[in-house]
Amino acid sequence: MLKITNLHAEIDGKKILNGLTLEVAAGEVHAIMGPNGAGKSTLAYVLGGRPGYEVTAGSVEFMGQDLLDLEPHERAAAGVFLGFQYPVEIPGVSNVQFLREALNSQRKARGEEPLSGGEFLKLAKEKAALLRLDMDMLKRNVNVGFSGGEKKRAEMVQMGILDPKFAILDETDSGLDIDALRVVGEGINAIMRKDDKAVLLITHYQRLLDVVAPDRVSILAGGRIVQTGGPELALRLEEEGYDAVMADA
Amino acid sequence: MPEAATLPSNRDEAWRYADIGALARLGAGALDEWKDIALAPGETRCHAMVVGSDGPELHRVRLTLGEGARAEMFAVIAGSDYCRVEVEARLARGAHFEFGGVTIGGGTAVREFVTRTLHAEPEATSNQTVRSVHWGQGTGNFLGNIDVARDAQKTDAAQDFKGLLLEKGASANAVPQLEIFADDVKCAHGATVGQLDETARFYMAARGLPPEAAKRLLVRAFIGGALVALEDEGEQERLLEAALDALGDAV
Repeated sequence: MLKITNLHAEIDGKKILNGLTLEVAAGEVHAIMGPNGAGKSTLAYVLGGRPGYEVTAGSVEFMGQDLLDLEPHERAAAGVFLGFQYPVEIPGVSNVQFLREALNSQRKARGEEPLSGGEFLKLAKEKAALLRLDMDMLKRNVNVGFSGGEKKRAEMVQMGILDPKFAILDETDSGLDIDALRVVGEGINAIMRKDDKAVLLITHYQRLLDVVAPDRVSILAGGRIVQTGGPELALRLEEEGYDAVMADA
Repeated sequence: MPEAATLPSNRDEAWRYADIGALARLGAGALDEWKDIALAPGETRCHAMVVGSDGPELHRVRLTLGEGARAEMFAVIAGSDYCRVEVEARLARGAHFEFGGVTIGGGTAVREFVTRTLHAEPEATSNQTVRSVHWGQGTGNFLGNIDVARDAQKTDAAQDFKGLLLEKGASANAVPQLEIFADDVKCAHGATVGQLDETARFYMAARGLPPEAAKRLLVRAFIGGALVALEDEGEQERLLEAALDALGDAV
């Protein structure tokens, strides 16, 4: 589904990704772990198309398309969802208004009919219930006044509503208490655990992987994938740490 | 009664940012055209308007509020030529003056609100909120005078201006002027000028909103701050849409 080949990227002239190569197949949950500063968030932003993140070499193919050739909103319409480590507050814009416009913009780009207000609210209610987020929260302004945990659950409600093919989740577990972590993890499973979907799950901790069992785990260090293995790799990292595991590689 | 036979100049404080050339096209006679509105004690009136066009406009309104009266005025200046809305409000005891203004546009035009609020008696309140969105070489101004008379204790007056500049070359000016002769009063004023939040734009794009739609939503949220006190939702929507229509030709 996603094929990243020899990707190099920099921010303000500083090289962050140095020849990153990675493949994620449909039906797969692929965890990316790595020490601080390894380039995990940069990888997420580069895949999302954030301005200022310059790709200097390499390619990213998504479902047969050149992903890097698409504008950020076109990537979303093509089925890519970027779950933010720090979801952005947008004062004056309600979640309902924002998500309905976003969803209908995506549908329009794909040549589908827009959802009516009623249809949209029904969908939003269903996904909010899945993530146990009070529907009243969705009537409030986007992420404004939300706690850290509420922001992350709201991100997953957005993912449920937009129903992407491929989700890049950047530390979606940070800021979550144990119960919220389970709700979010189960939400990811319910929304994305399908044969025709895939997830790139960026995390520091095994505890999210206990709920969202990864099919493969890669270690990102120094802007490259240095090791890839099965779920047992994450367990080893949890026990032994990056230095020990990477020294053995 | 005629008050002005000659054109003002930019040296006059209240006309500091005005387009005197446009005013000349309008003619000095326009300066005499004041609309006088008196509110009886306890009366409430609300007026919402969209002004501005492809020619210069000057709107001068004088409000006299009786005891406990409430005047609400909301205006969107969305034309392509010079437009100035001037409001003088004189407040008796316990009266309230609510003002919400939006200037929006590009080109080279100046669009401005000039208010003079006189808290003549105690316990009156006023709240003024102006939002300016400009691009090209467009300019938005808010010149707001608040005068609190010696006896006008317990006055509570607030002015809030925010400018949003979509391009280099556009400008926004806020000139609050407070003259306070009473000692037990609250007068607050704030002014900020900024650009569209790039992080919010990327967040919106990452959810599938094309740049134009994201900009429209962000601008709508921004100018909404000036119209939030307009309780008639239909009127609020009419003013918002008129402002956003002007955004159509923005970069």
